[in-house]
Amino acid sequence: MGNKQTIFTDEQLDAYQDCTFFTRKEILRLHSRYHELAPHLVPMDYTNEPDCKLPLALIVDMPELKENPFRNRIVESFSEDGMGNLSFNEFVDMFSVLSEMAPRELKAIYAFKIYDFNVDNYLCKEDLEKTLNRLTKEELTPEEVELVCEKTIEEADLDGDNKLSYADFENMISRAPDFLSTFHIRI
Amino acid sequence: MEDNSVFFTDRSGRITSNPLLDQLPSYQSLLYRRKSSGAGTKRRGSSRGRLSSSGSVKWTINTMRRIEEKQTSQIGQRAIRELALNMAQKRRNKDQPLNKNQDLSSWRQWRQNTRRNLKRLRDDAEVFLSSMKLWKRDIHQIEGMFGTGILSYFSFLRFLVALNLFIFLLMFSFVILPIIIVPHTKGNITYDQHDETDCRVYQSSARRGLVNFHTHLGDLLSGGGFLEQTYLFYGFYKVDKIHFPKATYNLALAYLLATIAYLLLSLIWIVKRSATGFKRNLVQDEDRFQSFCNKIFAGWDFCITDQNTARLKRKSLFYELKTDLEEEKIKRKIADRTRKEKCRIYLIRVILNIFVIAILAACFYSIYIATTVSQEKQMNNVKVNFIEDLIVEYLPSIVITLANFITPLLFSVIINFEDYSPAFEIRFTLMRCVFMRLTSIGVLLFSLWSQITKCEEDSCVCGYNHKLYSCWETRVGQEMYKLTIFDFIIIFAVTIFVEFPRKLIVKYGQCGLAKWWGQQQFSIPQNVLEIVYGQTICWIGTFFCPMLPAICTIKYFLIFYIKKVSLIRNCRPSTRPFRASSSNFFFLGVLLIGLALACLPITVSIAQINCSQACGPFVNYNTSWQALPAALSHLPDGAQRFLYALSSEAFAVSFFVVTCLAMFYVIALAGAHKRVINQLREQLVVEGKDKRFLIQKLCQAQGPRSTSSVSGFHPGSPSRLSPSYHTSFSSNYNDAVFLTHPPPNSATPV
Repeated sequence: MGNKQTIFTDEQLDAYQDCTFFTRKEILRLHSRYHELAPHLVPMDYTNEPDCKLPLALIVDMPELKENPFRNRIVESFSEDGMGNLSFNEFVDMFSVLSEMAPRELKAIYAFKIYDFNVDNYLCKEDLEKTLNRLTKEELTPEEVELVCEKTIEEADLDGDNKLSYADFENMISRAPDFLSTFHIRI
Repeated sequence: MEDNSVFFTDRSGRITSNPLLDQLPSYQSLLYRRKSSGAGTKRRGSSRGRLSSSGSVKWTINTMRRIEEKQTSQIGQRAIRELALNMAQKRRNKDQPLNKNQDLSSWRQWRQNTRRNLKRLRDDAEVFLSSMKLWKRDIHQIEGMFGTGILSYFSFLRFLVALNLFIFLLMFSFVILPIIIVPHTKGNITYDQHDETDCRVYQSSARRGLVNFHTHLGDLLSGGGFLEQTYLFYGFYKVDKIHFPKATYNLALAYLLATIAYLLLSLIWIVKRSATGFKRNLVQDEDRFQSFCNKIFAGWDFCITDQNTARLKRKSLFYELKTDLEEEKIKRKIADRTRKEKCRIYLIRVILNIFVIAILAACFYSIYIATTVSQEKQMNNVKVNFIEDLIVEYLPSIVITLANFITPLLFSVIINFEDYSPAFEIRFTLMRCVFMRLTSIGVLLFSLWSQITKCEEDSCVCGYNHKLYSCWETRVGQEMYKLTIFDFIIIFAVTIFVEFPRKLIVKYGQCGLAKWWGQQQFSIPQNVLEIVYGQTICWIGTFFCPMLPAICTIKYFLIFYIKKVSLIRNCRPSTRPFRASSSNFFFLGVLLIGLALACLPITVSIAQINCSQACGPFVNYNTSWQALPAALSHLPDGAQRFLYALSSEAFAVSFFVVTCLAMFYVIALAGAHKRVINQLREQLVVEGKDKRFLIQKLCQAQGPRSTSSVSGFHPGSPSRLSPSYHTSFSSNYNDAVFLTHPPPNSATPV
């Protein structure tokens, strides 16, 4: 196909198409969105894989993420340094996992990472409380928050250690019917 | 801080920082999934180093290598993009098999390349098809503003547009098209009119000559007058066979088979569309199963981009959580009810249910009366004036719409006294509304038929009242047409004359009444019932009015835009959020009920009531159904006998018995699976406890004296070494806990 774009080589586009759930057109569109965030930082020519990372503050300002209560955690989970600075690869990765076509198992892995605020591989009570407060903007009373967190752990905890490991989380999310349709960002 | 140790001592002050836990295969696979490439190899190297510091280096290294190979082979089996790795790792994994491929034969290479290219081609084709989908951008906009619940309503509307279009194409190509092309292909139409009886006299109400403009308008709205003798209605198709130069086309048979075909097509399409929804809902039979987890982890709609919508979603989540907490309280209250209270509640419920039945009966009776009065007045043919005539014609529609407007309000008031749990209240009210809506059509048709088959003498000569209803199918078609038109007018009028002023009043009104009334809520269940009602009428009416699907397609097309505008300008999302998953199930379930209900009148019309002898394709037969056996009698003898055997009672009964057996088997299987699942759950809990116990013992044993105590270790009281949690990636493992002293290989198969 005679596409006269010079942003990526053909091999790069092929690689992106195989490694993500996007088509070539969508990847080019993603690149233009990435470029829009910081036109002076992001080069237009990616053929030699420049090492350019955008900071967290720019990315969470995107309209798709702006209203999301977990936007900081989402960007942090996909960044290699854990601080939220995304290269283009990680940017594409993030939207690929959050796209419609990503399978449930893949989304579950990243959902677990997102909700794990203190990054200890468990969803403990503090993580749940933080999640709940972000969701309801702290409109529930502390007793209600406590009660809800208790009930959540009660419902999902299988091994009885009062926190949710990844196995508990995956088992629970496989039975959540809305997960696939809500854990999805359109870009 | 090592990022491969699971418990961080400095953060939480826990002392159990245990290298053993890091060696468990389940944690290893988590680490592998977690972060970047360089750290991964570093990690593996370090853990390997730790292992080799104690004895049996070779054994542990071999095991590690085996594990790595297994993981890489599992990568090969899954698509690259479904792995939770970052981009650089994925690209490397992608290139690795490619390099290995150089050694494979050229046949294998070619096969893999073609497979990859075909996959890419398929992806592009899917993208192209989905870009051609109707209303893609509008629905995207709605999803961003209102979330996935309301989105499902609009995609349901889009589905109905497509369904009606296909039904129309079916009827058009098999019934209307042959008649249209007859003059062009030198064919000729035959219908046997061997005996001129009374039954065959057709008194049409078509007008000739000059008439006023408003009579044309009246005809357009009522389907009579100049519309009666057009392709619109059944009566126009007075064609039995069409003789083309090369073949004979049996139009009567085609009409009958097209009717059956469109019902089957609708059924198959709806079932296919609802397959995933049914599966999920049948598995989770209890609605309150994981309600808190679902709300916290799958509650926020990541698609929301609008600030207002985000605020509303937060409010609705808050409301949902509060409702759930209340439900818990109510459940406890119900469990604590005394006997006296229970009796009182049951008595109240019985009384209220009788009251509901009385309301329904009253509505049905009024529909019956309205239909009878309307038919009689139309037969008298006394024209008073334009408006009154229209009201008389539309009387059944008006009564049905009024009834469908009042009864939901009544039901929602009544349910408050019946003291059910909130979730059940919603569902029960909805069921009652569904029943009301769909049965009102049935009552209308029943009253029509009682009129049609009521003659002055005791038994009708032609099987129906041929004096008043010389072409009764056209009359029924006209009633269906009127219902459709009136339904559309009401939707349009309510949006313009009720919702829009309401928004203005609420926005600019200062009085307390405006605040109390509040802004319009887009109530999904009521809207869905509205369009299912319209679709049921379309299904019933297509047999009598073959162009009705086209009218319905246009109607739903316009309704989409009306509702979208109304939603964006007038409404706020309902605080009772409708979950996307259960909504699909609900929509398609109600649609199926509508389809089942629509099949009933059509079956009765085709098989039971004598078809009109004065019009329509079935003038030569007693009932419409007889066209089929008449056509079959021309088939060879063997085929005839086979088909008659299929329709005999013996076959039907045995088929029914076999279906029942299959159903019982599947139910038993499901029950067995559920029991196994419960047992496995319990086992998982016990295994977790085992693991913690073991680790504790190990730590105690290892603590004071590091090496000497280990040799005295037995895999103590737990009956077997607990396999650690397997995740979906490491499910093929033969698990073994890595101790510093290699145990006998007593891995349990999972």
